[in-house]
Amino acid sequence: MSSQANGVGNVLRGRVWKFDHDVSTDVLSPGAYAIDPVEVRMLHVLESVNPAFASQVEPGDVIVAGRNFGCGSSRETAPENLKALGVACVCAESFARIFMRNAVAVGLPVLVCSGVHAAFENDDVGEIDLASGRVNNTDSGGELQGDSLPEEMRAILAAGGILALLKSQSGAG
Amino acid sequence: MGMTMAERVLAKASGRDRVTAGEFVVARIDLALLHDIFAAQVFSMLKAVGVDQLLEPDRTVVVIDHLVPAPTAEAATVHQQIRDDVARLGIGAFYDAGQGICHQLLPERGHVRPGALIVGTDSHSTSYGALGAGGTGIGTSDMVYALATGSLWFRVPQTVRFELTGELEPGVSWKDVILYLAGEFGADAAQYKSIEFGGPAVAKADMSSRLTVANMAVEMGAKFGFFAADQVTNAYLVEHGGQGSEPFGPDPDATYEAVHQISLSDLSPQIALPHQVDRVAPVSVAEGIAINQAFLGSCTNGRIEDLRAAAKVLEGKRVARGVRLLVAPASQEVLREATRTGILATLIDAGATILAPGCGPCFGGHGGLLGPGERCIGTHNRNFPGRMGSADAEIYLASPATVAASAIAGVISDPRQLEAGDE
Repeated sequence: MSSQANGVGNVLRGRVWKFDHDVSTDVLSPGAYAIDPVEVRMLHVLESVNPAFASQVEPGDVIVAGRNFGCGSSRETAPENLKALGVACVCAESFARIFMRNAVAVGLPVLVCSGVHAAFENDDVGEIDLASGRVNNTDSGGELQGDSLPEEMRAILAAGGILALLKSQSGAG
Repeated sequence: MGMTMAERVLAKASGRDRVTAGEFVVARIDLALLHDIFAAQVFSMLKAVGVDQLLEPDRTVVVIDHLVPAPTAEAATVHQQIRDDVARLGIGAFYDAGQGICHQLLPERGHVRPGALIVGTDSHSTSYGALGAGGTGIGTSDMVYALATGSLWFRVPQTVRFELTGELEPGVSWKDVILYLAGEFGADAAQYKSIEFGGPAVAKADMSSRLTVANMAVEMGAKFGFFAADQVTNAYLVEHGGQGSEPFGPDPDATYEAVHQISLSDLSPQIALPHQVDRVAPVSVAEGIAINQAFLGSCTNGRIEDLRAAAKVLEGKRVARGVRLLVAPASQEVLREATRTGILATLIDAGATILAPGCGPCFGGHGGLLGPGERCIGTHNRNFPGRMGSADAEIYLASPATVAASAIAGVISDPRQLEAGDE
């Protein structure tokens, strides 16, 4: 598992969308669209805090946020919507635990990094090394050290999510 | 060194003598809960990964509670799929639309045992900690993995313990306690952690109050929200399912990340202001703010004790003109008991609209959503922007008594003021 975990050690580089503290799952995946397909759900991601986000985010962009990102419900649609929009990584001061767990389960890279909220503005370009936890703001030159994910969680990300892991396990078994 | 309740549950579930906070374990799941927002999706995901049968269908409970009665043809179609899948997979514990909210039904129908590890596709699965069980929310992919293999990975969490002392004043409830704790310690106070609620005040709390508090442990970020199983738990278990249990709690020498001593004696009714659950103040701060809707219900506060507390305030009074009071009992059993005891008649006489047992308005699904600029005070658990419809609406969270008092006055009100005014 550990050698696979190194597979996500590549450095991500993307345009930053910045959000504040306590971005909830009601904002990331509004209840009114709960059972709609992802093609519909993704159009409403974060619309109540930044109406331009869903239509203007591009594959490879990254989200930088404050504390408690993804707080609220257990809906996996929250990280799934972000992944469907092409968000490469969410880097936050901290995550709600279910969101973090779900992000790993669906294969959306996440990184906890103290100080990241103050270190970035919208449209800065961020460089994020998931394996080492290093975060760079290439516009300001600022460099931060985040908490790289535990090996067990990186192994699931490297497999492409927990269902991919399940398939590989049942295939092996 | 001894173990916390989280460590004891995860040690037992992973077949180990002891585990320590920070470790990763693969733990056997004692019970898996799915509700109608995610069940159909989980079952089709299972199919997609080639799993045609559940490892342990008798450890799975399915509840249709969020979209009941089906508000749209799409929801009805999803429900059809769920019924078909439940039959195909041989799941015995199935509660169809109208039976009640999952977090009410699981304890009420005897599915929750102290010390068990329970996962649900719902964040408020922390509720089961009220009975000493390790309940926690997971997503659909993790649920697929759990159903297919019977187990799931966990990081053993650190534990924060609240030692609660003192007596609650009349008009103050355990909803006020958990709102106060969320406000004082913050929505991320127990991020990635477990909470234990203990101390002499807890021993006197009934099961309904414990369920309210454990339910909202997740609003402080918690993975689990435990109460030790004691004689209150035992009595509840005997009444709801027949089999009592031995005490189950932390080891006396367990290691905690923090222990907070808090006296409840001076607590006043609390309210969470828009748009954060931890933006909490005494109700007096918000007194006089006009409301359009008052909501009594949800897995947090939809039990018979909650309806009774509201009815006590509403008895012989009318809801203010221009205010809609919505009541959703947490289960059919609660509705039956409210009917039998006359509580329902009191609520109806006061002008309440009675909704089907279920989650509808609380999660913004249907049955009482808000328009732009509207204000709602409710007994539920979240007030994020857009939670109940329009993102421009405001949601205030409070106790059943405070919600009832506010519905009568048409403005946010301290229930103790109303009682004082009557004398």
